[in-house]
Amino acid sequence: MIVAEQKSLAEIRQMITPYQRVLILGCGTCMTVCNAGGEREVSFLHNALRLAESRSGNGIHTFSEYTVKRQCDYEFLDSLVDKIGDVDAILSLGCGIGVQAIAERLPDLPVLPGVNTSFMGMAEEWGVWDERCAACGDCILAETGGICPITRCTKGILNGPCAGTKNGKCEANKDMDCAWILIYKRLERLGQLDKMRRYYPLRNFRTIPRPRRVASKASIDVGEGNG
Amino acid sequence: MKAGTNLEKVLVSGMFAVTAEAGPPKGTSAAVMQRKAELLRHCCDATNVTDNQTAIVRMSSLAGCVLLKQQGVDPVMQIVCRDRNRIAIQSDVLGAIALGIGNILCLSGDHQMFGNHPTAKNVFDIDSIQLIQALKAMRDEKKFICGDDISGEVPLFIGAAANPYADPFEFRVTRLAKKVKAGADFIQTQAVYDVAKFAKWMEMVTDQGLDKQTHILAGVIPIRSAGMARYMRDYVSGVSVPDEVVTRMEQAKDAKEEGAGVAIELIEQLKEIPGIHGVHIMAVGWEDIVPEIVKQAGLLPRPVL
Repeated sequence: MIVAEQKSLAEIRQMITPYQRVLILGCGTCMTVCNAGGEREVSFLHNALRLAESRSGNGIHTFSEYTVKRQCDYEFLDSLVDKIGDVDAILSLGCGIGVQAIAERLPDLPVLPGVNTSFMGMAEEWGVWDERCAACGDCILAETGGICPITRCTKGILNGPCAGTKNGKCEANKDMDCAWILIYKRLERLGQLDKMRRYYPLRNFRTIPRPRRVASKASIDVGEGNG
Repeated sequence: MKAGTNLEKVLVSGMFAVTAEAGPPKGTSAAVMQRKAELLRHCCDATNVTDNQTAIVRMSSLAGCVLLKQQGVDPVMQIVCRDRNRIAIQSDVLGAIALGIGNILCLSGDHQMFGNHPTAKNVFDIDSIQLIQALKAMRDEKKFICGDDISGEVPLFIGAAANPYADPFEFRVTRLAKKVKAGADFIQTQAVYDVAKFAKWMEMVTDQGLDKQTHILAGVIPIRSAGMARYMRDYVSGVSVPDEVVTRMEQAKDAKEEGAGVAIELIEQLKEIPGIHGVHIMAVGWEDIVPEIVKQAGLLPRPVL
């Protein structure tokens, strides 16, 4: 899933300054799971903004709130049209994809990002999320024991570990496991240490130029896809 | 001969080689490099010029090498993969050769968080082993990474680093083997303090015959104060300083003398280890001590080939 962090209240207040009526819009999928912008966070943010307004004594803003199932899907944004009414801007607590989907769907209305979209990952423990996939477009997990060096090695190298690893930790962060040590231990367990002796050639970054697009083969080649 | 540099000649002749390190200035002064050249010229066979070491911006390695070369020193240009992609690196290699630089040391590079621009984006388009292989193909096949032909000769003596003290210990020889297979003509190791562990690593190296396929120079970092010993033990990436060395420095009356003494003792022990072809003295910011250490270690005069 996509993981994000809510922006600071100060930054959000700065962003909404020019707009009087603001709709705080949550997202019911990834942002709900990572506690950055679900229905609950929308409600908390709404209260925090109202409180800050009244304390500052010169509040001009009025707020409303709403949460859609997914902001990154036009289908779920249709219900939004009735909620807009006379709002001046939408403060989206969706990820960067959600913000842009709204901008595309509502071309005349400003949309502001209420979160910083961070990465694709998973919850390691309650309240802690770790990055797992860099969406590099050229997956080599079969070679590395199911542990991604592109994402989890700070240098993203293919012929690791580098000389900076110490006590199994990364040179750049002593609290972070060295991805290549994890890979080594996992391959050792699987009886596949020969994969550590192999030379891995240069990466193909041609898969990266942005923006990227994936066309589902299932929908193009009828009967040939696996869907 | 692959490049015919002084370093290559000394190593191929079978003599015990001495290399040193000269860090370029955080500024524009050519005189700084000229002074280091003057200091090191007669006591080592080649001098490495670091490439923005610990991710602190300094004069480029290429420029530093040219300045050393002009003073009659055989330079070893260090290239890290942190700051440049495959296009920029290959371009610098062509320029270096055109300017008479023949030795190149391939490194990953310290993470930028250690340096003075921690908010910079790192590159790591290729890694150090891929860089070695790329330089070998440039030299032996006269081809760029993409397969296009290079015009002109590509004389290169290719170096790589090895750290016997990083994890996992049993993998470190495998990693060296990967570097040798990729094309490393010489190896300069991370600083040695724990000689017993280093000797054990070298035993594994010689068992595999790797010392016959590449020239291994053992790294020595002279320590000039107890504070430096503690700092290196606790904070310097890739370096492993045993507590007894720190204690020895803390109890010394004259720390500099003690530090030079430790370095000389280390060199004497390293000379006796089978498979070692030389020493690489990295006197970070303390190049003045290098001639004395080399002399006391009985490695003067240096051969003229």
